[in-house]
Amino acid sequence: MNTYMKNESNVAMKLHYDISKDDFSRAGEASSKIKNMLRQLAIEANILRRIAIATYEAEINLVIHSLGGTIDVYIKPDCIEIYVEDVGPGIENIELAMTKGFSTATAVAREMGFGAGMGLPNMEKVSDEFIIESTIGVGTQIKMVVTY
Amino acid sequence: MREYWHSVVLEKDYCNGCTHCLDRCPTQAIRIIDGKARIIQDRCIDCGECLRVCPYHAKGALVSSIDTLNNYKYTVALPSISFYGQFSEEYDTNKVYNALLKLGFDEVYDTAHAAEILAVYEKAMVEKEHYNKPLISTYCPVITRLIQIKYPALIDHIIKLEAPMEIAARHVRKRLIQEGYTSDEIGIIYISPCPAKITSIKNPIGIDKSSIDEAVSTEEIYYKVMKIIDKVTDIKPIQCSTGKGIGWARVGGQSYAMEIDDYIAVDGIDEVIKVLESMEIGKLNSLDFFEGYACVNGCVGGPLNVENTFIGKNRVRKLTKKYGMDEPVTIDIELIPENMEWDTPIKPMPIFKLDTDFKRALEKMAKIEEYTQILPGINCGACGAPNCRVLAEDIVSGNAKLEDCVLLKNQPKG
Ligand SMILES: Nc1ncnc2c1ncn2[C@@H]1O[C@H](COP(=O)(O)OP(=O)(O)OP(=O)(O)O)[C@@H](O)[C@H]1O
Ligand SMILES: [Mg+2]
Repeated sequence: MNTYMKNESNVAMKLHYDISKDDFSRAGEASSKIKNMLRQLAIEANILRRIAIATYEAEINLVIHSLGGTIDVYIKPDCIEIYVEDVGPGIENIELAMTKGFSTATAVAREMGFGAGMGLPNMEKVSDEFIIESTIGVGTQIKMVVTY
Repeated sequence: MREYWHSVVLEKDYCNGCTHCLDRCPTQAIRIIDGKARIIQDRCIDCGECLRVCPYHAKGALVSSIDTLNNYKYTVALPSISFYGQFSEEYDTNKVYNALLKLGFDEVYDTAHAAEILAVYEKAMVEKEHYNKPLISTYCPVITRLIQIKYPALIDHIIKLEAPMEIAARHVRKRLIQEGYTSDEIGIIYISPCPAKITSIKNPIGIDKSSIDEAVSTEEIYYKVMKIIDKVTDIKPIQCSTGKGIGWARVGGQSYAMEIDDYIAVDGIDEVIKVLESMEIGKLNSLDFFEGYACVNGCVGGPLNVENTFIGKNRVRKLTKKYGMDEPVTIDIELIPENMEWDTPIKPMPIFKLDTDFKRALEKMAKIEEYTQILPGINCGACGAPNCRVLAEDIVSGNAKLEDCVLLKNQPKG
């Protein structure tokens, strides 16, 4: 199995975003910025849509489930790579977390329309390559690749 | 890209270069250059936001005047559906329509009637076929254009149906030609609540040529009608729509007429943008239908209407009751695709692309990032661009200079 590692080769441009935990008012801002930037590149509409879904779901998960983290986007000539890292709490059972409909979202998060348990499954669905690793007490790392 | 005709125009003499419109423009189509606002044609979607906020009335809509009636042998007025909401209750809509005849139109067709027929067609279409949900209404042309330039992935969701005004015009023109008029002799004239509808007559989406010849503004016609309405005596029956068609003048009226349950109807361009952003990432896939309007309160809020939008909205609501929401709709336009649907594809117009070549677009993007870092980031608009990032983009595309930034220029060197 592939392991999570940033692939530094052939990077044309890097975007970096810090995401704070529980900052609901700004949730979605980073992915919206990413989308607007990629819109300006000559990227095809449906590819753009997939990247938008991947980054949005990742960002929301950082806000509602993690203790804070980062999203790095590597723009390459043939693909976009998205790296999501956080500083905890980590996911105990990744297989369970990846199951459609599984969610530990709080009542507050559910009230805001999150918590359908579809984020991770959708991230995997829209990615051509998807790697998730997590260590309890350390953090979660996700790599997603969308090829043009 | 083909030359794009726009109804929204700038009257330079009135513009004093203030920045009111800059920030309001949802597609960042306005720049202030040499003290005057300028509209970048490719980017304008004719929403009319700038028209509305300009304190000096320096922006207008290119529109014909009623004198144009002299150019045709036989003229037909198509009052917009929101025309219903412009007149106080003492003036019956049918009387208003008769006043239009007195103004010189040879015929008036109740556009709302075309809307209620369209709703019947649309309902059957949505029920029968499999579509990408939610389907997006094309009734507000601003929203369709916004999707073309910014949300091309949603083009497949657009329900490719004509606007009621176009269905009415096609129908009337066909009849008049059968009666022996030549196409040149017929003048079908829309009474428009907004510049966007005028643009879609001159520059239609989804069809090659509009069946409507020209548009006049509700504003002009309203005052002319008010001058003569008390003198209108012989009254012919013209108004024929039930409440279902009239309701299209307000937000949600279309969905109501279609008897759709799972829909959202959203007004105001900023709110619509938020919804389209969510829709683009698949957050609204459980909905059946989406009705979006650039104007707050929908078409009654059109910038060329005269009545306060909330009063107009209330009147329309009352009129829908008066003319009945459950009355049977007379189907006197055949429910076939050639009467109801668009026949040319809707193309994306990706105006935000920096370059058609990915590599060059990337290079430009890198430069834009560099300039954005240098610029102060306070988005003051004094350079004439709506914000620092747009200035950076303009610098990279060769349309502005770093020195245009007032703050940077005044900074002590060193
Ligand atoms: N970064 C993270 N750190 C810790 N736990 C996480 C993280 N991301 C996801 N999880 C766990 O995985 C579960 C499933 O995540 P997923 O994104 O699929 O659903 P959700 O966020 O709960 O709901 P939705 O994404 O549909 O709003 C979460 O409820 C949470 O328990
Ligand atoms: Mg999630």
